[in-house]
Amino acid sequence: MLEVKGLTVHYGAVRALGGVDLSVDEGSVTAVLGANGAGKTTLLRTVSGLLKPRAGSVELDGRELTRLPVEDIVRLGVAHVPQSGGVITELTVEENLRLGGLWRRDRAALTRRVAEMYELFPPLAERRARTAATLSGGERQMLALARALTGGPRLLLVDEPSLGLAPRVVAQLMAVLRRLCDEDGRTVLLVEQNARSALSVADRAVVLDLGAVVAAEAAATLAADDRLRHAYLGF
Amino acid sequence: MGTVLNVLRRSTLARHTAAALAAIVALYFLTTAVGPYRDLQIAQAAYLTCAVAGLTVLTGLGGQISLGHGAFMAVGAYTAVLVIGHWGWPLAAVLAAAAGVTAVAGVVVGAVAARLHGPYLAGATLAFAVGLPGLANYKPLTDELGGQNGLTLVPPIPPAGLGETFPLERWQSWIACLGAVITLFLLGNLVRGRFGRTLRASRDDEIAAALSGVRVARLRITATVVSAAAAGLGGGLLAVVATLAAPGAFPLTLSLQLIAAIIIGGLGSLPGAVWGALILVYVPTWASDLSTSSGFSHNIASNLPLAIYGLVLIVVTLAFPRGLQGGLRDIGGAVRRRARKRRDPAPGPRASTSGPTTTHPGGADEATPDQAGARPDDRGDAGGRGERLRR
Ligand SMILES: Nc1ncnc2c1ncn2[C@@H]1O[C@H](COP(=O)(O)OP(=O)(O)OP(=O)(O)O)[C@@H](O)[C@H]1O
Ligand SMILES: [Mg+2]
Repeated sequence: MLEVKGLTVHYGAVRALGGVDLSVDEGSVTAVLGANGAGKTTLLRTVSGLLKPRAGSVELDGRELTRLPVEDIVRLGVAHVPQSGGVITELTVEENLRLGGLWRRDRAALTRRVAEMYELFPPLAERRARTAATLSGGERQMLALARALTGGPRLLLVDEPSLGLAPRVVAQLMAVLRRLCDEDGRTVLLVEQNARSALSVADRAVVLDLGAVVAAEAAATLAADDRLRHAYLGF
Repeated sequence: MGTVLNVLRRSTLARHTAAALAAIVALYFLTTAVGPYRDLQIAQAAYLTCAVAGLTVLTGLGGQISLGHGAFMAVGAYTAVLVIGHWGWPLAAVLAAAAGVTAVAGVVVGAVAARLHGPYLAGATLAFAVGLPGLANYKPLTDELGGQNGLTLVPPIPPAGLGETFPLERWQSWIACLGAVITLFLLGNLVRGRFGRTLRASRDDEIAAALSGVRVARLRITATVVSAAAAGLGGGLLAVVATLAAPGAFPLTLSLQLIAAIIIGGLGSLPGAVWGALILVYVPTWASDLSTSSGFSHNIASNLPLAIYGLVLIVVTLAFPRGLQGGLRDIGGAVRRRARKRRDPAPGPRASTSGPTTTHPGGADEATPDQAGARPDDRGDAGGRGERLRR
């Protein structure tokens, strides 16, 4: 469903991505792995429209995204959970969740989705009337993910959701991502430092290094490949 | 009585309507009780309230600074005078035109401003504030706009039904107060809904807001237009009250005073806009009264008001970092907590039965509409406080 071709992205004179090709199938989880500074975040930000590439294309079901503004890409069903932040600290948990689905203009469906999110993330239900500023880091991560899901996205871009979460919560989170694909038919592009847990739920994995793809394989194959694992994933 | 309170608590619209009606009644008694001089001051506070409330929406809630709101007031004032002079429309239509024309100016300024941030935005709006009043002195336009002397306006005539001796000032203050109440009512309902929520979101984190599907640029233009319309109405009312539109009435300091007013009143708070406007009107007069009665030599006495004015502003901002409205709310909260503690002092075995999550036994006042209305803002403040520490 997502086709990235020859994507080259610069920050001023710094090249962060150099000719990245990537293909993501509908209803699958694709892990994007790589060391710090490899360009993973840059890739997600370009797909969601926050960055404009110098060259290359990003197509969603054959539709070019690189020239669209962020808000229009959101409306095509692409939700991006950024590496940090992603919540509006001065709005309440409830308001944050509703904000994520506001653009659909279907109030009944929105209320239903928000209720679903409270089921999926019980800690949020207990804190629904509190401002996001008063949440812990992990709770914020949950809220950011839940906020992205209330829009009912077809493609979910998640940037290091495990950051700062307890191991048990990370496992739960990965299970949630898996279920989003298996049960709801959503597609997930998952950036992770925690390669082991990402590979445990992913169908495919892409390894980035210095802004270039160095491996793109089935997750199981990659996990079994000692050379790649040692060289890029550090386990 | 109970059902009335219930309706008020549930419906924001009903609550705002009740507040607007109460304000109109209170202002009626106030304006009839005082003399012409006080009536004129009330009228000034009322038209400034319109402009400050507009700025509260744009800068306080939207986070887009504008140093050009005095210029929007000028657009409204000149529009009002020109419309009356050329076509002699009824007053309500004249004021609607003042708001409408200024809203159009807001589209232009907003389209430019939506692309700018911080110092650039301040600079652009500053240029607007400095440049626009100068238009009146522009040669080809001096005939139409009256140059430095401006244009005068025939004072509005109180309806005959009010009696022969009805003072003009009181009529002017009624017009201005009605304009202010309507402005606050409309803005109050607007910011409580989707518009206000998305606006606060885009101020807090524009990337997160955009990723949530909020059209940030369009939203900011809308906020500028709404804000400009309110300032334009304020300017139109100024023209009606001062019976004049002249460049000298819209100096750069007016724009800066409006900014000071939203900060003193409480950023992002519409009730705070009223406090801010009152400060703008009453502190300078109070300061000059004080200095004339001080017995200092003329040299000192004539410069004293400005110093006192500045001093008051500094003291207020230091004492109430979140503005007068925020300070009042803190004080109100502390008083309520203390009252509740006195009513329900038993921390002993009883506390364990009632538990921390159940509603408070003595908290009959928890249901008052006033408090229910304050709730969303309290949350906003909590967030705001966190914000400041992180930056
Ligand atoms: N705003 C920026 N300005 C300039 N250079 C940047 C900027 N953001 C990232 N870079 C550079 O681009 C490269 C890729 O950064 P990116 O954030 O995509 O890495 P990443 O793979 O997400 O790393 P991490 O795992 O640490 O999050 C890095 O070399 C980084 O220094
Ligand atoms: Mg990153």
